[in-house]
Amino acid sequence: MQHNIRLGVDIGGTFTDVVLERGTAQFSTKVLTTYAAPEDAIIDGMHQVCAKAGIAPGAISQIIHGTTLATNALIERRGAKTALITTEGFRDVIEMRTESRFEQYDLNLQLPEPLLPRQHRFTLSERMDAQGNVLIPLERADVEALADQIAPMGFESIAVGLIHAYLNDSHEQMIREVLAEKLPNVMVSISSEVSPQMREYERFNTTVANAYIKPLMKSYLGRLKGRLAEEGAECPIFLMHSGGGIISLESAAEFPVRLVESGPAGGAVFAANIAARYGLDKVLSFDMGGTTAKICLIKNQTPKTSRVFEVARTYRFKKGSGMPISIPVIDMVEIGAGGGSLAHVDAMHQIRVGPESAGSEPGPACYGRGGARPAVTDADLILGRLDAKDFAGGTMTLDRTACEAALKSHIGDTLSMDAREAAHGLSEVVDENMANAARVHAVENGEDLSEYTMIAFGGAAPLHAARLCEKLGIDRLLVPPGAGVGSAIGFLRAPFSFEANRSVYIRLADFDPAAITALLADLQGEATGFVRSCDAESPILSEFKVYMRYTGQGWEIPITLTEEQAQNPDAATFKQRFEDEYAKLFSRTVAGMDIEITVWSVNATTPPEPATRTKEVITRRTAVISGKCSVFDPAHDCFLHGYSYDRTRLAPGDHITFPGKITEPETTIIIPGSRQAVIQPDGCVDITVKEPAQ
Amino acid sequence: MTTPLAVAYQVMWNRLISVVEEQAQALVRTAFSTSVREAGDLSAGVYNADGLMLAQAVTGTPGHVNAMADAVAHFIRRIGRDNICEGDVYITNDPWEGTGHLHDITVVTPSFHNGNHVGFFACTAHVVDIGGRGFGADAASVYEEGIYIPIMKFADRGAVDQTLIHMLRGNVREPDQLIGDLYALATCNEIGQRRLAEMMDEFALVDLDGIGAFILDNSRRATLEKIAALPQDSADGGMTIDGFDTPIDLRVKLTIEKDRMICDFAGTSGLDKKGINVPLVYTKAYACYALKCAVAPEIPNNAASLAPFEVTAPVNSIVNAVHPAPVALRHIIGHMIPDTVYDALDKILPATVPAEGAGCLCNFQVSLRPAPGHDGVRSEVLAFNSGGAGARATVDGLNATAFPSGVMTMPIEATEHTGPVIIWRKELRPDSGGAGQFRGGLGQYMEVGATKGYEFDFSAMFDRVGHPARGRRGGESGGPTTISRDDGAAMQGKGKQFVPDGARVILGLPGGAGYGDASARDPERVKRDLTRGYISAQSAMDDYGLSEQTVAAILDAVAKGETA
Repeated sequence: MQHNIRLGVDIGGTFTDVVLERGTAQFSTKVLTTYAAPEDAIIDGMHQVCAKAGIAPGAISQIIHGTTLATNALIERRGAKTALITTEGFRDVIEMRTESRFEQYDLNLQLPEPLLPRQHRFTLSERMDAQGNVLIPLERADVEALADQIAPMGFESIAVGLIHAYLNDSHEQMIREVLAEKLPNVMVSISSEVSPQMREYERFNTTVANAYIKPLMKSYLGRLKGRLAEEGAECPIFLMHSGGGIISLESAAEFPVRLVESGPAGGAVFAANIAARYGLDKVLSFDMGGTTAKICLIKNQTPKTSRVFEVARTYRFKKGSGMPISIPVIDMVEIGAGGGSLAHVDAMHQIRVGPESAGSEPGPACYGRGGARPAVTDADLILGRLDAKDFAGGTMTLDRTACEAALKSHIGDTLSMDAREAAHGLSEVVDENMANAARVHAVENGEDLSEYTMIAFGGAAPLHAARLCEKLGIDRLLVPPGAGVGSAIGFLRAPFSFEANRSVYIRLADFDPAAITALLADLQGEATGFVRSCDAESPILSEFKVYMRYTGQGWEIPITLTEEQAQNPDAATFKQRFEDEYAKLFSRTVAGMDIEITVWSVNATTPPEPATRTKEVITRRTAVISGKCSVFDPAHDCFLHGYSYDRTRLAPGDHITFPGKITEPETTIIIPGSRQAVIQPDGCVDITVKEPAQ
Repeated sequence: MTTPLAVAYQVMWNRLISVVEEQAQALVRTAFSTSVREAGDLSAGVYNADGLMLAQAVTGTPGHVNAMADAVAHFIRRIGRDNICEGDVYITNDPWEGTGHLHDITVVTPSFHNGNHVGFFACTAHVVDIGGRGFGADAASVYEEGIYIPIMKFADRGAVDQTLIHMLRGNVREPDQLIGDLYALATCNEIGQRRLAEMMDEFALVDLDGIGAFILDNSRRATLEKIAALPQDSADGGMTIDGFDTPIDLRVKLTIEKDRMICDFAGTSGLDKKGINVPLVYTKAYACYALKCAVAPEIPNNAASLAPFEVTAPVNSIVNAVHPAPVALRHIIGHMIPDTVYDALDKILPATVPAEGAGCLCNFQVSLRPAPGHDGVRSEVLAFNSGGAGARATVDGLNATAFPSGVMTMPIEATEHTGPVIIWRKELRPDSGGAGQFRGGLGQYMEVGATKGYEFDFSAMFDRVGHPARGRRGGESGGPTTISRDDGAAMQGKGKQFVPDGARVILGLPGGAGYGDASARDPERVKRDLTRGYISAQSAMDDYGLSEQTVAAILDAVAKGETA
């Protein structure tokens, strides 16, 4: 690509990160997010980085933007007045959910309210069967009557979700046509376009979510484009989507639900790019901030993706307490563990950490702002990982007395531990929680983490990453520079991409190669169209994926097909690919069962930006120390004496063999006794297991 | 590893809970049975070498809670300690030594570490078919309900018993799926075993004695503290439900002592002729689950946290059916046990437990076949659905949500892919939640038919037709179950019933009962309920005293779209 000046912008909950890249030079800034008009922070940040780079906004050739606005609108219920039109008999699908309780032992459990109240959900007489045949035809006059009925009600947006519409969209299309005629100012989202997948609750909810945030996002994106142009940045603007690629502003405005979780997706792309620089095929990305930690598997420099995820969890991050969104998404495990996560001792005398967080006000006890309960950051201070006088680049002094008192009174007193032991316990429990989440995620994907490299970023990750590596048997850890604005950098590494998928059930016993070729070509055409609208020239690669299972099972396994397998499909190959993958996950195959394909997907993408391989250092020299320190080492159960280093003064080839820490304004990297570190030419701190002593 | 034990044990307990969750997930993903993969009807646990349960996965079914805790001791006794070898896998579907009916297969695997026997992993799953008459209440004894697998070795030192496999294959309707499920159960224990070995290596453990004692001591102490804080008192509770042909009285005497809670079901009806009888293990599971929810919800299930909850019942009462009573549908009455126990507990601990709810899951099975003169294939479709839950002391009951069972419903689009069944309707049932200061959860309407050219047998497994959920402290009853055919023919709440080509079954699944007097309900909540159509205009006026003008104003606002 000839674009030589690019701008990455990530609007997060607290900060808006802006990164400008010119060739290999990077200029970044963090600006407080301006909720009322999020574009203000972007303009502010853009001018700051332009000034740093000494250019005018007009020189920017491309802007890549990702934002939590879509997610926040869903969490805070700030969407538009929206209606749902659905099949008669199914008015309450989005309210009845799975008919289960996500917490079994809470007698006073409350379920989250649906996005739309019942009186905003309308039905029409019509019905498709499970093969996509019409059981009850839809009468145009009925649709017109309904349109007239709801016309005076003042809806800004309408979602249409009909039973089995993923197989036959003709009724949804007719409703859209009539609405366009009768209510031309109302935005319409139909389920067969937004999320053409089987399972009505997920599909309807995704469509409703899209409709609900569409007016807001469309107007925001329109305003942003205008403001940027006024400020001289008239270049094309693209949006990061949850699947880890970028799409045009117009596509984003049409399918804003695809923008949910785009910030974390940027982080995964950032890690994937570092994986490419080091030629690493198996990477675990670990992003830990103030309230949550996110873990993602990156294989062959591509983050693992999924078809459905949950947003807006309402109950201790518990699975099932949010709402399902079925769109292509980078598969991340998010747990309530961050620097601000609070600890307590439960009835079983177990230390529990998170998901409750101290936030920034009052913050952990050591902030001295009245926080009385111990947080992860408090444990980090007592264990010598943080320096009371040199926190956040020296802008803040931590209160050790308040911190010890909190640990003592909320943990130590019940468990007969002193503050140090309490801090050790707290730290081990939160590290174990994160390690467990990573272990379970790896096992669910048939992966062995001992073959992996960890890439850590986010404010709290480098403090805990090495201990996680010890727990997970991971030998190598990379802490890249710029980790504080990792997502925004990731946006600049993302390809143009769009994934199209569809539920069509085909048993291998009824395998029809011609129909399958046609289906895949159709999906390929759809996906390629989105990418082509962003980039008229680059070659477009297609990745074909099918989801397969034994007939009778409820869990599908994704199988990535080669181009050849997708273009000349045959049942025997599909069977072989499935059985290989099944045996890898579950150690054996099942004889005698038919196999079926449930979902077909094609991801069209421009080639990834070629990553320049980092020439890893060979000669090492002892790093210059900036002071002595003493850091608690959980694996040795004692404080180890070592040294501290200033990251800004370390140079490629510097070698650290002592335990200790590397400090920088945004975070601190801990090197335990079991590890050594070397500085790589690209600034990554490369932390590996020490060679056994001779 | 020299981490002080107090911190190390904290970490290990967390790890063991994660191990059993992982073990359960592996089963969900590989099982063929709808009830396992969609509804979470399974469980998994880890035990010490004495067979005491240390940790259990939280899954969709409380019905396995105690049954699982007790099962391993039966295996140790039957197999014999000297006969336990590395590579062994044991199996049973004994309703009395497993989890209550032949459809649940329990697999136990002894766990060895560096050649020493250190513990066991066990898991249970509901399988698709076990032969006999099929899944229903129609058998007169357990012999008709399917093939019985006594506690025995599925694998002996790694070698799977092929005779057993042949016997099972020859006795069930879906042999490939059943055998697939057996291997899935064995695999899930293997996964647990691998994780346990890694943990033992990491912490240099030679056995589970230390961590086991830590878990059990802390759980026992925490549970006893909770019980000690309760009033030491005793109260009677009871509930009458439909039963199969004749109503069934469930009776319980709940006694709280300083270190235990006892449920005695003396006075409960005797056995039923049909397969809705309940082995005591299953009664214990639901009684214990109900008490734990109310008294000690945060304490995880293990041998020590369950021990203070004692459950007794007269032999051959319907809640302590012994061999050879038919027990296939033991869940119907089992799911009613919590409401029975709460009737007593409410007298000792006011404002703690909910009003009665739908109770048992509203399941049905549809057996489809081509109507005479048509071609097509036969198929069996099982559907899980929920009525409304009871209102709580401070919040409304949950609409169409299972309690006490924790299972999920299946998407109707998925259900319709399993056979030529058509679900024409599945939506909330207004006015079915019992009125009260806090309203009972709504039940739901369903309409079930088949593709043209098919007829079917509809196996109904419903209760609360004649005995709707009763309100608490002035709250009104929930709506009863209703069932009929769209052509007007009457239908029964239980049993297999024929439905001809073109006809549909019309169901009104029951609502939960209300809590407190309806006149005390916050008028804003009443208006909201009317706005959303949870209640009709009639109910708003009759049950809650809203004026005609107010009702008209609300309905007008709804029509104009002036409501949030």
